[in-house]
Formats: sequence, structure tokens, C-alpha cells
Amino acid sequence: MKVLLGIGGTDGSAEALDRTVARALEAGDDLTIAIVEGKADEAEDLDARVESVRSETDLSVDVRRLEGEPGSKLVDIAETEGFDEIVLGGSTTSPMGKIKINQTAEFVLLNSHVTVTLVR
Amino acid sequence: MNAERRYPDVVSGPFEVPPVEFVDREDRAIEIRPYDGSEEEFEALVEMYAEFDPSDRAQGIPPGREPRIRTWLESILADDCLNVIAWDNGTAAGHSTLVPDGEDDYELAIFVLQPYQQAGIGTHLIESLLGHGASHGIQKVWLTVERWNHPAVSLYKKVGFETTGAESFELEMAIRIADD
Repeated sequence: MKVLLGIGGTDGSAEALDRTVARALEAGDDLTIAIVEGKADEAEDLDARVESVRSETDLSVDVRRLEGEPGSKLVDIAETEGFDEIVLGGSTTSPMGKIKINQTAEFVLLNSHVTVTLVR
Repeated sequence: MNAERRYPDVVSGPFEVPPVEFVDREDRAIEIRPYDGSEEEFEALVEMYAEFDPSDRAQGIPPGREPRIRTWLESILADDCLNVIAWDNGTAAGHSTLVPDGEDDYELAIFVLQPYQQAGIGTHLIESLLGHGASHGIQKVWLTVERWNHPAVSLYKKVGFETTGAESFELEMAIRIADD
């Protein structure tokens, strides 16, 4: 399956990356990781994690950086390049522990014509 | 969470300060008390949330299984949070909590066990919590609620919450319970 993972700037990004990579290794997914702009220090952390995925596994991963409005970019790439699924680590939690769907995730869920998985 | 959150100018309250005793609409004697930090009360809450109907979950809480319930309760029953519990003798019937948001304000949540809903317990519970909060120097409280959850939204409005954010999946509401 051709999978587009969108990560960056949210609490669940690292876990979404780990789980999507684990699944891709098992199922032989063709994985593209789209890193959405976030805070600079978080972006560096994510870069390092993605790099370690590349060096520690046999998975061939295409990594891209998205600029501008991430939700519409993800939907556009998925639809024009024939992806089967968009995976998002797109939720943050409030101090109380309530899940908050961020604007990128909300846009993708409502507008994508390909299946969307929200990693929890 | 959000430094730009708007709060109402008007101060709501004063609210009743727990302990509060009343008879609910089903003739049950209910007492609302602040959480005393004991293992016994902690376990009573674990039991309440273990019985919670999944249809009454809000944005992922309470969590579904007991280990997760315990982890979640440990975080919201911490010393820097304020909690009140509605008791039907030894049974926890409802629970409301204020959790600091790291920006001097507090996030609120309230849960009433299904057999105790629609009996007037929620109103006393949230008012007691706000009274408890005001007596501890808290000024501003906010919450999020799913926009289709009309009973909850009308309860929040009744005690003085105003809608401050409506652009997301959830409504955000806020109340001022003391002057800055």
C-alpha cells in the first residue's frame, strides 16, 4: 500500500512515525513521510528520528518537507500521486487529557478522498 | 494552552462551597466533598469510571480500561489539581476536576455516572467545584465540549460559562470566578 505519513509539531508525531514504520516493515508499504513545519526544535527532533529510521531499517522512505497550508498540501499530494492512505499523528491533548483534533487533521479528515488514519 | 483565550468580563458566582448536602430528584441523599487524597476515595473513583458508559466519554476521557483510568486519575488527582466528588453513601456518583493549564488558569471537566444523571447532581457538582476553586484563589476556568452535547453546553451556560471559541471540532467555553 502506498502510504503518506504527515507529521510535525504535535504531541503524537513521534509515536505516529514509529507505528507507521513498524506497519510498513511488516506489510511492505511504500512509505512517504511529509514533515510539516513546526517549532524549530521539534523539527530537529523529528529529522533525527526519521534519519534513524532510515539508517536502522531496510525501509526505503521518501521524505519531503511541506510548506504552507499542511492540510491541503497533504490532501493534494495523496490524491494527485495515487496514495492509498494518509496517516496523521494529528492530535494533541489538553491538560485534562482531552483529545484535541488540530486544524490540519480536521481539514484532512473532512476533505481527503483517500482513507485517513489518525494514530492514537 | 492558548494565551489569547478570552474570558468574560463579568465575574460569575458566588458559588456554594463544599461540603454540600442535598436530596436529588430521585430522593437520594447526596453529599459533595473535596477529594481527601485517600486511597479509599481514589478506588471509589476507579470503580465509578470502570462503570462509565462509553457513550458518555468526551474527547477520549474517561479512558476505557482500568490501567488507563488509573494513570489518568493519578494525573488529575495530583496535588496541584482541585477535585470534588458527589457521594451516594460510599458510592462515587459524580466527579468534577480543575487541572492547571500552565498559564495560571484551569481546565474543567465533570462526569456523572449514568444512573445519577438528570437528577440535579451535575449542577451542584460544577457549582461546588467553582466555589471550591474560587476559595483557593482561582480566577479563570475554561473547558472544551463537543458541540452536539447540548445537555452539557446548557449546564455550562447556566452557571456562567460563555463560548469563547467555536472554530474547532469542539466548543471552547470560559468563565471568570474572581477578578484578576
